Amino acid sequence: MTNKAIIVEKLSKTFNGFKAVDEISFEVGRGEIFGFLGANGAGKTTAMKMLCGLSMPSSGKATVAGFDIYQENESIKKNIGYMSQKFSLYEDLTIRENIRFYAGIYGIRPDIIKTKTVQLLTQLSLEKEADQLVGQLPLGWKQKLAFSVAIFHDPQIVFLDEPTGGVDPITRRDFWNMIYDATAKGITVFVTTHYMDEAEYCDRVSIMVDGQIDALDTPGNLKRLYQAESMDQVFLQIARKAKRTE
Amino acid sequence: MNPLKYILEKEFKQIFRDPAIIRVIFILPIIQLIILPMAADYEIKNINISIVDRDHSTTSNRLIHKITSSNYFKLVDYSGDFNQAMTGIDNDKADLIIELPRGFEADLYARKEAKLFLAVNAINGVKANLGATYLRTIIQNYNNDFRIALLTPGRFNELPVIETTSSNWYNPRMNYKFFMVPGILVLLITMIGLNLSAINIVREKEIGTIEQINVTPIKKFHFILGKLIPFWILGLIVITIGLFIAWLFYGIIPLGAYFTIYVFAAVYLLVILGMGLLISTYAENQQQAMLISFFLLMIFVLMGGLYTNIDSMPEWAQWVTKFNPVAYFIEVMRRVVLKGSGLSDIKQPLLIMLIFAIVINYWAVISYRKRS
Repeated sequence: MTNKAIIVEKLSKTFNGFKAVDEISFEVGRGEIFGFLGANGAGKTTAMKMLCGLSMPSSGKATVAGFDIYQENESIKKNIGYMSQKFSLYEDLTIRENIRFYAGIYGIRPDIIKTKTVQLLTQLSLEKEADQLVGQLPLGWKQKLAFSVAIFHDPQIVFLDEPTGGVDPITRRDFWNMIYDATAKGITVFVTTHYMDEAEYCDRVSIMVDGQIDALDTPGNLKRLYQAESMDQVFLQIARKAKRTE
Repeated sequence: MNPLKYILEKEFKQIFRDPAIIRVIFILPIIQLIILPMAADYEIKNINISIVDRDHSTTSNRLIHKITSSNYFKLVDYSGDFNQAMTGIDNDKADLIIELPRGFEADLYARKEAKLFLAVNAINGVKANLGATYLRTIIQNYNNDFRIALLTPGRFNELPVIETTSSNWYNPRMNYKFFMVPGILVLLITMIGLNLSAINIVREKEIGTIEQINVTPIKKFHFILGKLIPFWILGLIVITIGLFIAWLFYGIIPLGAYFTIYVFAAVYLLVILGMGLLISTYAENQQQAMLISFFLLMIFVLMGGLYTNIDSMPEWAQWVTKFNPVAYFIEVMRRVVLKGSGLSDIKQPLLIMLIFAIVINYWAVISYRKRS
């Protein structure tokens, strides 16, 4: 066991000659909140999918939670949580049924599922809505629920792909409080976002441009380096260099 | 096996919450099995006949009476003018013209033979052919009657007549419904099974939940099985409804055992559902999945031996039907329902279906990729 949750070395993904991800290398420490920024089409989601075992890398090396992404793909899956850009709970199932299903396929014991579901519903103050179909919930609640389901099996690392897209500022604030609670439990958070205020909440951020990582440091250091007042300005300076469009 | 339990629980909840699926499963078979067999009739009735009678004799009258009272023909025109009758064919009002020439009766008595003329509108080939055949049979019967009436008792018949009498085994009354209903039931469960399973995984791709499933440590085999079992049970329910309707509306009770039908159906459904899931793993969206399954269904139905006769197909086409699961089930269904075949009689098709089921489902598990 190293103290690194994720180690990536020259990881690439090529689609028909197009280098979506071009030899990226970085490390993420345990318990860290790692912000993975970049403009649309920079290759963030592709890189994240390779780490989650959804996409086969073209070349390079990486370990996630200490497991090799080529050989131990299924072991990685036991140890990570993932929340995709697309809302991924079943809208035709109730809140309780969604929790039960995902917990069940992670192989959690039924008695533990029961007690943890009660805890979770209280924590989210969704006790009354527990038997409502998820499709009827407002978006903010859905996202919070999706996050809670993604970390229900206590993974070592959780991958969040634009978790707060389209959500109001108050809910975003709540959401980030949930992320902090997760790190307090020792979960490493790997998050992509387009909100630069959220980038400031991260321990370290990387900024991807045209499939490569152009900058990687703490938000404070990056602001000093680019002589910017906010992450917003840092991002604009770096992302404008992009040559390829979506 | 534990994760499988949760997948099954989820699939069943989703199926029973979807009103469209419930309708497809319960109402569709009822309506189809009641309406289709009534309409899909091999016998041809209401053939429009136009009669040109230039003879106006007792003999011609009797013949015409025989034709019109046969139930197969509808007299649309009766005249003494062939051109008028021909206009009827041009306008598609008549399918057949029979012309009885002047002197028909006189020739028959004097020269012991008479000619009549038959014209057939062959736009609808089946109708024209069958119509002409029916008409020939009627005329022949009439001919025999006429001959017997002419014979003086005690004398030997100078022209021996060979008559064929046939007896229909296994479906003694040649009731086409006994033949159609079991076949339509096969098509029905094929259609429902293939379509429902084909759009299932694709739907999860479209709404994005498949990604969430793919990042879990779930086994591919569990996932496919979790999709297969609910539809398999539904398929067996549809067959049960279908067999019940066959009994209730058509009085069809299989001569063989229901058990035999269920054993074959259980394996057959694995083949069909496996195909659906296979389509589902390859298709990007529901439209693609529907198109592919529709294409397959078309071939399965038209080469299945229900609407077309496999034995009269060219040899290469007969080979194609060897890969058509529908053809096997229709054949087995008929054998069990009409002939009373048991498990040992259908061993071979059952074995073939089993091989199909294993190959296709194995293929489906392999082609379902958690990582692209």
